[in-house]
Amino acid sequence: MADAEVLLSLRKIVKGFGSQKVLSEFSLDIFDGEFFTILGPSGCGKTTVLRLIAGFEQADSGQILLDDADIAAVAAEHRPVNTVFQSYALFPHMSVAENVGFGLRMAAVTKAEIKQRVAEALAVVKLSGFESRKPHQLSGGQKQRVAIARAIVMKPKVLLLDESLSALDHKLRQQMQMELKQIQRKLGITFVYVTHDQEEALSMSDRVLVMNHGQPQQIGSPREIYEAPRNMFVADFIGEINVFDGVVEAENDELSYTVNIGGVKKVAGAEFRLEVGDEVHVLLRPEDLRIEYIEDQPKDEQGFLGKVLERSYTGKTIDTLIALENGNTLRASEFFNEDDPDFDYSINQRVWVSWIDGWEHVIKAGPLE
Amino acid sequence: MRIFKIFLVALVFIYLYAPIVVLVVNSFNQSKYGYKWTGFSWKWYEKLLANDTLLTAFSHSVTIAFLAATAAALIGTLMALAIYRYRFRLKQAASSALFVVMMSPDIVLAITFLVLFVALGIQLGFWTLLLAHITFCLPFVVITVYAQLKGFDNHLIEAAQDLGAGEWLTFRTVLLPLLLPSVMASWLLSFTLSLDDVIISSFVTGPDYDVLPIRVFSMVKVGVSPEVNVLATLLLAISVISLIIFSLLVRRKVT
Amino acid sequence: MTKNGLANVLSFRQLVITLTLGWLMLMVIAPHALVIMTSFMTPDSEHLAVWPLTLQGYQKVLQPIYFDVFFHSLWLSAIATVVCLIIGYPFAYILAKQPPWARAVMLVLMMVPFWTNSLIRTYAIKLILGKKGVINSVLVGTGIVDQPITMLYTEFAVIVGLVYVLLPFMVLPLMASFEKLSADLTEASKDLGANALQRFVHVVLPLTAPGIIAGCLIVFLPAMGMFYVADLLGGAKNLLLGNVIKNQFLVVRDWPFGSAFSITLIVMMAAMLWLYVIANRFVQRQGGLDDENL
Repeated sequence: MADAEVLLSLRKIVKGFGSQKVLSEFSLDIFDGEFFTILGPSGCGKTTVLRLIAGFEQADSGQILLDDADIAAVAAEHRPVNTVFQSYALFPHMSVAENVGFGLRMAAVTKAEIKQRVAEALAVVKLSGFESRKPHQLSGGQKQRVAIARAIVMKPKVLLLDESLSALDHKLRQQMQMELKQIQRKLGITFVYVTHDQEEALSMSDRVLVMNHGQPQQIGSPREIYEAPRNMFVADFIGEINVFDGVVEAENDELSYTVNIGGVKKVAGAEFRLEVGDEVHVLLRPEDLRIEYIEDQPKDEQGFLGKVLERSYTGKTIDTLIALENGNTLRASEFFNEDDPDFDYSINQRVWVSWIDGWEHVIKAGPLE
Repeated sequence: MRIFKIFLVALVFIYLYAPIVVLVVNSFNQSKYGYKWTGFSWKWYEKLLANDTLLTAFSHSVTIAFLAATAAALIGTLMALAIYRYRFRLKQAASSALFVVMMSPDIVLAITFLVLFVALGIQLGFWTLLLAHITFCLPFVVITVYAQLKGFDNHLIEAAQDLGAGEWLTFRTVLLPLLLPSVMASWLLSFTLSLDDVIISSFVTGPDYDVLPIRVFSMVKVGVSPEVNVLATLLLAISVISLIIFSLLVRRKVT
Repeated sequence: MTKNGLANVLSFRQLVITLTLGWLMLMVIAPHALVIMTSFMTPDSEHLAVWPLTLQGYQKVLQPIYFDVFFHSLWLSAIATVVCLIIGYPFAYILAKQPPWARAVMLVLMMVPFWTNSLIRTYAIKLILGKKGVINSVLVGTGIVDQPITMLYTEFAVIVGLVYVLLPFMVLPLMASFEKLSADLTEASKDLGANALQRFVHVVLPLTAPGIIAGCLIVFLPAMGMFYVADLLGGAKNLLLGNVIKNQFLVVRDWPFGSAFSITLIVMMAAMLWLYVIANRFVQRQGGLDDENL
């Protein structure tokens, strides 16, 4: 995406509803052809961003640039942007073909062309042959496909998807995630997807924006977001995380520090400069923790002692809840070891916990930026 | 667009209230014909109080509206329950019949009631009036209560039964208290419809039980009758005051 | 406990079902059947309707004098219905868009006039429209016209009266269908490039069609029966079907003829209901999440 051009740009958008400010000076650049996801808890303003782009809401101030032209004053019906609604919003009195062809009819495209383009769009979403069905004769997944076809048939510059998969059941959702990704790649349309589901965001997107309280928290590739969260909100919101609070005790090398975590000294790498005495959070994903039986505890390495509170077998992994002696509770997730099928813990078993150097991620403690 | 909206809403309410205002103002007007304001006076109120036949018709109308609304609210709630909870033969016919009553023009209902009462040899009067009024209010009660029933979590009923409540106990201890809002709303609606009715009352009441529309009809058909203004004002006042008390009671109960 | 419970199920359940079926049989189905029967019987001054069965009642309906009344009242009702629709449609839309409390207040405000009895309100309209009525006093008083305008005892007066009494009944079903019309659908059509007129024609109008038909159904046929409106405001020339039916039942006492007229109304109602069912089937199923078929 490095050489991609900015297609859509929101500049210093301010938007409030009544006395409630939803967005203040919100800015965002979206590149041409990318699958961009806005991720955040409900009420974080992500849907408002989408509705501003679609033109269903007007910003109080700020610019929305599409191909460098300000479209803030352009009415929704004239924007080269189309939406796939969370509720699908299929017209119940029209057939599938009429639904998909609706936008083209409004644009006074010839009948022959409408027919052809509707057929193409339906082929893309694998619904050829469903032309004459009515929405109520379709399953949830099929409705979803019609809603997508209805939007892509317009060849929009940007396709907006508002929590579009949230109503589908788990399996169907995973399948649609793959298909959406394929459709996006095939058509080369810029997708802006809004969701509160972090798994969905990580699996489909080229880039993800994490939002909270109308503020961007972090923007980056799914990998960056997951492995190097910029602050506690992002760390907490995306997946499970274990937090060790510590103080920087010494600088060992460039960007490598010794951190004292309640008496346990660990070497930790950071991505920015820290001073001795800084308070930091050392973050570890459950799958990055290393657990040993207490008798196998390595002599040359410092770690944490604790006991197993609860364990559960999930098929792929064994998840363990561990109470540390310093009072913290950790969540660990270990891949099932096929060489050692009896590998398991018993409740109250004492264990030793640490991690492989370099798997930790350090952020500065303190209030969220 | 906004101006147009306000204009339209204002126009509709002026249309709906202009006649009412004319009635109320004229009830205090000295002039009999009410075309001009000639001064404030209570004399039509005094006249109404002396008019026994009109007062009787008035009290009959209110009595019927009260009884019909109460009976319709009770019976209609049970009907909604039957249609919602139970399977039985002719259930479809029952809901169709209710639909027919709701959709039928009053004049058609009026003559079906009249033909029935005459065929059965029932003397027209209080009872025929009451039965007819209950019947035409029923579908509105059923629809309102049924809508609320449909919104319920079915587990509520199952939970009550699981805890040992029979059908009647479930109804009395769980459903009825929860249905109270819609039962009360439908009572109010029934009361309103019954009080407003002219057509059905004209057909099913007899000389022994004079009601307001019949009495007023003969008074206003040819001439002008200031007592009617007074009557309308009193009806309005009583209803509005009861509505206010009613809503205050409901609010108190909720909070 | 269980024994008692079972007894309760039987008795309460039985009671409720019997009450429902019994009441509706006696007060709705039987009377309708009786009216249908009466419409085919022979009029009789003493016993109202007697055997043998005949089509006389229906033949009378077709007599020019009654046929004219029928058509005239059909015409008046149709105009009143259209006026109700023109006022009621945008009004219902505005109402449906209000926040719940404002809507509740407006609905109660629409209901309050009912508490004065529609006959009395119709009489009040007479006071407004009369030669010396409120409107004419204002017009003459301000010098806009020299002579009072004749409004009372005209078709105009009847229509004003019918619209006045029936407008709320038009607004309610329309409001319900506007409430059901999800904002997503209008937004979707906007998103796909439809302008205001196109949105109205292609989306709003078809999806509120059931409300329009229901409203017309609730206004049009009852309007034909409003004899008191015609009596008070229409004078001798502007009779409604209700006047004829009332006259036949309560004055002339030709019950078969009156019944035949009513059956005609019922048949018209059935036809409109059928239309309503079709329209409803057309749009009722939502293309959204709340579809039962999901």
